[in-house]
Amino acid sequence: MTEQGAPAARTEPPATATTAPFWEATRERRLLLQWCSGCERPIFYPREECPYCTATSLRWRPASGRGSLYTFTVEHRAPSPLAGGKGPYVIALVDLDEGVRMMANVVNCPLDSLEVGMPLEVTWEQLPDGRCLPLFQPREP
Amino acid sequence: MARTLRGAAAIVGVADDASPTGELELSGRALEASMIDAALADAGLGRGDVDGVCHTTSSVALAEYLGIHPTFTESTHTGGSSFEVHAEHAAAAIATGLCDVVVSVYGATPRSDRRHGRPGAWRPVGPNPAAEWEWPYGLRMPMGPYAMAATRHMAEYGTTPEQLAKIAVSTRQWASMNPKARYREPITVDDVLASPLQSSPLHLLDCCLVTDGAGAFVMTSAERADDLPRPPVYVLGAATAHDHMMISQMPDLTRTPGAVCGPAAFAMAGVKPSDVDVLMGYDSFTITALLHLEDLGFCAKGEGGPFVEDDTIGPGGSLPMNTNGGGLSYTHPGMYGMFLIVEAVRQLRGECGARQVGGAEVAVAHGSGMVLSVMSTIVLGTKDTL
Repeated sequence: MTEQGAPAARTEPPATATTAPFWEATRERRLLLQWCSGCERPIFYPREECPYCTATSLRWRPASGRGSLYTFTVEHRAPSPLAGGKGPYVIALVDLDEGVRMMANVVNCPLDSLEVGMPLEVTWEQLPDGRCLPLFQPREP
Repeated sequence: MARTLRGAAAIVGVADDASPTGELELSGRALEASMIDAALADAGLGRGDVDGVCHTTSSVALAEYLGIHPTFTESTHTGGSSFEVHAEHAAAAIATGLCDVVVSVYGATPRSDRRHGRPGAWRPVGPNPAAEWEWPYGLRMPMGPYAMAATRHMAEYGTTPEQLAKIAVSTRQWASMNPKARYREPITVDDVLASPLQSSPLHLLDCCLVTDGAGAFVMTSAERADDLPRPPVYVLGAATAHDHMMISQMPDLTRTPGAVCGPAAFAMAGVKPSDVDVLMGYDSFTITALLHLEDLGFCAKGEGGPFVEDDTIGPGGSLPMNTNGGGLSYTHPGMYGMFLIVEAVRQLRGECGARQVGGAEVAVAHGSGMVLSVMSTIVLGTKDTL
C-alpha cells in the first residue's frame, strides 16, 4: 500500500470577518455551514449574500460531516511550494449530504480503494494557530 | 429583437511565432510590437490605421508604448480564452461603428524567462477565496482541476486513459507537419501511458507544453476588408459563457460552459457541427479537448472517448482538430487562445501547406480560460459562407 495523506506543508488558509465563524468552530472540530434564511439553502463557500436569492440574512448551522466522493486526483509530483512538494496525496471534491461541495484531502484511505461515489466523513488536521482544517476519510455506508 | 454579428467584421491579418527550441529571442513589449507589426503587414495596414486595441493586462499601457491613441479599448482577461473574447468584442464594436481596425496581441516567454531568471508575469493579487478553500489542499495548478474533470468523466461515462491518450497522438500527427512545432516526432498511445503520471489520471503527455510564443490578429469591417490584400476571414458567430472561477464551484465537472456558448455561436453563424471543416479547440490537456467535442455537439455527452478512437480528429479524419499541433505539441505560453484564431484564419485562407485541410470554409476557434471556467467560441468563414 502506498503511504498517502495530506501535502507535507500546508498553505494556511487566511480568514475574513465573514468566514471567521467557520474557522473558529474548527478549533472544536465542528464543521459549520451557512444557510440562507430567505431560500433555506446551504451555501459554500461562506459569503455575505446568498448566491441563489441574494438574501443577506445567513445563519450558521452544524453540518453532518458526511458526504461522498464527487471526484479526485492523486498528486504524484507536486513541485509547487503551495502543495508541499511531496506526493502522492489525494485532493478531492466532496459532496456533503447537505448539498454543497467542498475541496479537501482524503486521508486514511489506500490509493487503490479510492472510488467516485464512496462514502466519506470529516476528520481534522490541526493547524499551527489552533484552527483545524477539514479533511475527509472513508466511512461505512 | 434578435441581433447578430454575422458577416459584419473580418480578420484580415494574423501573425504568430514559436520555435522548436521552445524559446524566442524577443520578450515583453518588443515581442508584442513585432507581432502587431507582422499582423498589420499581413493585413496591408499600418499602426496609423489602428483605432482599437486589445490586451489581457492593459490595452492602455500597450497603446501608449505603440504610440496608438485608440477609441476602442479592451483589457478583458479570461485566461486562455481571452483572445476569443477579444474577437467577439472587437466584432461587436466594429459592427456597431465604435471603431474600424482592432488589433489583439499576446506574447509570453515562460521558458526563456525561467532560463534567464526573469520574473514571470503572473502573481496572485487581491482577495482570493481559493487561498481559503482550495490552496491548503495542495491541488497542483493548472493540471489538478483538469485531472478531477477527467476522473469524473471516466467514472460517469467509462472514458479510458487510452482514449485521452489518443487525442495527444492525433494532435502530434498534426504537429509533425508544422515546422515551428516544439515536438514533431510521432508518439503512440503506449508512449502517453508510459509518460510519468502527474495529477492522476493525467500523464505528462496528456498535458500542454510550456514554451515561449506570441501572436496577433487584426480585425476590420467587412466593407474595408474587401480592399485589403488577403482573403477576408469573416466572423460568422461569437459567444462567451462562464459558470465558475474555482474548480470546486464548477456545477458539473463533465460539462463546461462551452455547452452554452458553443451552440449560441453556431446559431448566430447559422452552422451545424457537421458544417465545421476545422476545429481549433483549446487543448490545455487531453481532457479539455474531449470536453469541447461533446459540449460543442460534435458527439453526444459521454461519447467523446469512442469519438476520438478512430483517428477522427487527426490528419485524414472527419473532424480535423488542432491542425497546428495544438497546445499539446505546437506551443503553449500560458494563454494559448490566440493561436487557435491564427491557425483557423490560415486554414480558411488555404495557407497551411502540408497540414492544409482541403476546401476548408468554416473553422471554429473555441477558447477555454482559467480552470474550465470561461469558454468563448468564434465561428469563422470564407467569403463563400456569407
